[in-house]
Amino acid sequence: MSLSQDSSRGNASGYEIVYASREFRTLRRRLGSFVVPVTVLFLGWYFLYVLTATFAPGFMRISVFGHINAGLCFGATQFVAVFAVTIGYRRWARRNLDPMSQRLRQRLESGRNR
Amino acid sequence: MTHVVAAAGTVGRPALNITIFAFFVLVSLAIAVSAAGNNRTTTDYYAGGHAFSGRQNGIAIGGDYLSAASFLGIAGLIALDGYDGFLYSIGFLAGWLVVLMLVAGPLRNTGRYTTADVLDLRLRAVPVRAAAAVSTLTVSLFYLLAQMAGAGALVSLLLGVRNAAGQDATVAAVGLLMIFYVLVGGMKGTTWVQIVKASLLAVGAAVTTVWVLAKAGFSLSALLGHAAAASPAGLAVLGPGLLYGVSTASKFNFISLSLALVLGVAGLPHVLMRLYTVPDAAQARRSVVWAICLVGAFYLCTLVLGYGAMWLVGAKQIEAAPGKENSAVPLLAFHLGGTVLLGVIAAVAFATILAVVAGLTITASASFAHDVYAGVLRRGEADPASEVRVARITAVVIGAVAVIGGIFAKDIDVAFLVALAFAVAASANLPSILYSFFWPRFTARGALWSIYGGLISAVGLIIFSPVVSGNAGGLGGAGPSLISDPHIDFAFFPLDNPGIVSIPLAFFLGWLGSVTDPQPADPVRFARMQVRALTGVGAERSSRG
Repeated sequence: MSLSQDSSRGNASGYEIVYASREFRTLRRRLGSFVVPVTVLFLGWYFLYVLTATFAPGFMRISVFGHINAGLCFGATQFVAVFAVTIGYRRWARRNLDPMSQRLRQRLESGRNR
Repeated sequence: MTHVVAAAGTVGRPALNITIFAFFVLVSLAIAVSAAGNNRTTTDYYAGGHAFSGRQNGIAIGGDYLSAASFLGIAGLIALDGYDGFLYSIGFLAGWLVVLMLVAGPLRNTGRYTTADVLDLRLRAVPVRAAAAVSTLTVSLFYLLAQMAGAGALVSLLLGVRNAAGQDATVAAVGLLMIFYVLVGGMKGTTWVQIVKASLLAVGAAVTTVWVLAKAGFSLSALLGHAAAASPAGLAVLGPGLLYGVSTASKFNFISLSLALVLGVAGLPHVLMRLYTVPDAAQARRSVVWAICLVGAFYLCTLVLGYGAMWLVGAKQIEAAPGKENSAVPLLAFHLGGTVLLGVIAAVAFATILAVVAGLTITASASFAHDVYAGVLRRGEADPASEVRVARITAVVIGAVAVIGGIFAKDIDVAFLVALAFAVAASANLPSILYSFFWPRFTARGALWSIYGGLISAVGLIIFSPVVSGNAGGLGGAGPSLISDPHIDFAFFPLDNPGIVSIPLAFFLGWLGSVTDPQPADPVRFARMQVRALTGVGAERSSRG
């Protein structure tokens, strides 16, 4: 309860100890090594699509199957990418992020209640 | 023109439409009242006691996000301009990944009710809280205007209300209903209204989509062929360029729009505030997963609905109807299922507007009461009862402002107004949120520069763009300017959407303001912020637990 209102130096030091700990650094590194490349890749794929639609509309009109053209397929890959990243991130976070952050949280909270 | 209106009006039987409308309104009111329960504490009123599950909240987020702009606007854009409308929907969806991976968990872990809470935890500066509140209120009002404008157009189509006074009265009625939801239901009631509405919307869209596909023999290729054959533009509707390919300015306008859409979702205050209605960060993430599934499936449906309307209704009839492209889906419903389906789809669209408007109102009122009143004016000393009272009064004021604004804004394209709100959100809100979580050197001055810089540049560029003046002919996508007099032209910014300039500028100003700040960032606060953001220690949990 008092955690949300803390501002004194004494309380902050608990956070600093965790922040400097090896486990927290690992947590940060893990998060960064997934989220940063995936975000960059996905946004890159999105803007490639946007730029192709803007500056190469001829490519988007190439027929793939009947009236279904390259533009529609490229657009469909955006949906697929969103769903794939969503599912992938969820699984990855459950396996690699949640147990570690829960451990750290419990350690901090029990340390405070002493 | 009058012929088509009469066709939709007389065959669509306004009396039946009104009956179905009234039924939906009564049911949703009953839900809001029964769900409301006890709304005395700030946690109940703003965050539904943090007691919703991830799935419930995810569906409610879908209900909050899939506004009239999505349901009517995007399908309508596809019906008239083909592929370019589809491009819009991809931007609206893609932005959710930013929310999922960068914002949802840390936001839930470090705030209580508003995004200003997050900035306050990191920077402990009252002016920053005020700035965050100003940008939240601005974005919410932009978005609110869009919804109110959509309400007027929709109702005029469906209820046969054609004179201006009747439309104004409907906008006022929407405003009153929404104030009622928010006052009585608080966040809990609003959430349930959004859940019901999202379910209705999903079912309505799915049924209509399957119906259209069945007519085309369940062949997407055949549907596209029929649509292209029915369109005056022919096969061009299957590729990009009809709306945004006409000139260099319109091409860059489209890139600017795409940037605003993909980065705007994570800055929309009414979406972010919904993340506080769940008990913890894991549930917040789960909400976003549900929302992405719902939103993505929905936009796939709009593709079919849009091309279906192009084929079965035809551009000529859509152009001639009141509300133009916004009426494509209702007209398609009428074509397929006659009066009853039209009435149901129309009621779903109306429920959509009510639910989104209620969500926006509660966000704006929370921002004013929690950030401006309790945080800035009372310096955090306000008691919760008076804070909730202020929030309720604010909701009434915002409702009144939205009604008046909606009456003036009713002729502007809904999807377009929403896109402007995205641009302002991406410029004014997103940079400071990301910097707070992830950049150790971020300071209060950086936050102020970024928020006000993003806000002023985004809104300023809109004012000096063809949106407001100098485009009497309506070239390049957005339709004619607000000031239709061709002699008044103070536009010097060539693009309708400011994002391509204002978003990078806001990120840059956040950096510049921080590195030149004479008071450097406090590493202790950053440590506390990151530990709390990533572990959830100290986060406020469900009031039940």
